[in-house]
Amino acid sequence: MAYNLKETLNKEERLAPGHRMCAGCGATIAVRNVLRGLHEEDEAVITSATSCLEVSSFMYPYTAWKDSFIHNAFENAGATCSGVEAAYNALKRKGKVKGTRKFIAFGGDGGTYDIGFQSLSGAMERNHDMVYVCYDNEAYMNTGIQRSSATPMYADTTTTPVGSVSDGKPQNRKDLAQVIAAHNIFATMSSDEFKRAKK
Amino acid sequence: MAIKERLSGNEAVAIAMRQINPDVMPAYPITPSTEIPQYFTTFVANGQVDTEFVPVESEHSAMSACIGSEAAGARTITATSSCGLALMWEVLNVAASDRLPICLALVNRALSGPININCDHSDAMGARNTGWIQLFAENNQEAYDNMVQAYRIAEHKDVMLPIMVCQDGFITSHAVENITLLEDELVKNFVGEYEPEHYLLKDGESLHYGPYAVTNYVMEARRAQMQGLRNAKQVTLDVAKEFAALSGREYGLFEEYRLDDADYAMVIIGSAAGTAKDAVDELREKGIKAGILKIRLFRPFPAEEIAEALKNVKYLAIMDRTEDFETNCGPLGSEVKAALYNKNLHPAALNYCYGLGGRDVTVESLTSVFEDLMEVEKTGELGEVYRYLSVRE
Repeated sequence: MAYNLKETLNKEERLAPGHRMCAGCGATIAVRNVLRGLHEEDEAVITSATSCLEVSSFMYPYTAWKDSFIHNAFENAGATCSGVEAAYNALKRKGKVKGTRKFIAFGGDGGTYDIGFQSLSGAMERNHDMVYVCYDNEAYMNTGIQRSSATPMYADTTTTPVGSVSDGKPQNRKDLAQVIAAHNIFATMSSDEFKRAKK
Repeated sequence: MAIKERLSGNEAVAIAMRQINPDVMPAYPITPSTEIPQYFTTFVANGQVDTEFVPVESEHSAMSACIGSEAAGARTITATSSCGLALMWEVLNVAASDRLPICLALVNRALSGPININCDHSDAMGARNTGWIQLFAENNQEAYDNMVQAYRIAEHKDVMLPIMVCQDGFITSHAVENITLLEDELVKNFVGEYEPEHYLLKDGESLHYGPYAVTNYVMEARRAQMQGLRNAKQVTLDVAKEFAALSGREYGLFEEYRLDDADYAMVIIGSAAGTAKDAVDELREKGIKAGILKIRLFRPFPAEEIAEALKNVKYLAIMDRTEDFETNCGPLGSEVKAALYNKNLHPAALNYCYGLGGRDVTVESLTSVFEDLMEVEKTGELGEVYRYLSVRE
């Protein structure tokens, strides 16, 4: 079935407005579109790594998420979502959960390329039924634009500042999509590939 | 009919887990707890349990998956030792804060470094203030019995906190002892079905775990969590009473051994308590009034009850199987002394660091501790209040 943006955007919102993300922030735009990719009748459990997205969308006692949601820590969205999915399999088998659930995890590039890399690799290798979404803004934005392994070469970040003897970040960006694809999982797509796939 | 068996501590704990039949077990191998998931996955492979086993890629992910699974509404269990527990440390705190009654079988082993695979309590003591309930065992029977009782304490509505069931690495985990098991059906009925009120996967409702809390809410969250841990003390006693009716084996917050009329007492945790009992028996034969207080529940710390049990003791030795690097005392030493201070009790008290990295603990070495107490009595001088036992200096 061809992807139809207009149709998707006409589905009901699953992330409420009024959260504390900055106006125009790409993260919530991405999240809203991903959540609308769910079948309207399906419920989901969302996992989020510690990030701007998490602390701004679920600030006690308010939450912007319509579906069940769990935040655990920075580096373990993959493992946390693994646990939720394993629980679903166990409880479904015992007849304790009736409906269908989908599992989506969100992490920034820091929480995905760097600190959450091992946890994500483990989850992918074990082939848990989940969709992992990395919103890659090419640096640690929550803490204030520090370089990550997703930051491109020569970028001027707060931990690779350009100076009289520095041209910015000396290293190349990690090709995470290739690394994840090497886990032999069903689908790995970066947003560029996604655009091409739609054509 | 009770089942007479000969089992290692690890096998006994694995059998208790089979009888409990938890929903999910994420686990990662580490000596000396590795056998527990090994035995357990054999049960999975042979259809003796219907647990989802998640072979995670680290202990951090083991505990992270436990948190996801338990929050999702599944009764969840894991096992680890030493550095594995240390790697979990960050998320141990999250598990307790999220009020998730996860059960962790901890097989006590020294933390690195130097790297060492043998018993001491530095792993458990390093995690003593993460908000978990901690039960300790002297032998295989107690490790098994504690495991059977664990979920009843952790899942109690007044508690809702994770629980660590500890036993001594190799000394009890790998040594085979006589043991009496309960029938599968009895354990199943005693533990009961896990029916949480709210969970991520509950049909017809959504639930959210792990919020950001601003300054306005953090203290209240901690206070409520502390109350749950405090409540675990009475619940532990209530569950032990029910367990005694089932098994004939009685448990409290701690065990008092020949303590009633003791002038000299030793407070100790774990397998070395068995050795200490032998030392006390020998001293009693010589007419020396020695006794033991063996801790079973370390968190929450039963301070008032311990002070009450020690109120007539004149000379006290407190045994820490860890070096806490506080430099004046170990964790048990400081907490027992604080408990006594609060009740205005001031026995002459020595605190010992002993048995690190599996260093032998013998009847002779523990007898020498009582002899030290008698020397304090004779000279009227405490001398060094924080001492090392059986160390080359």
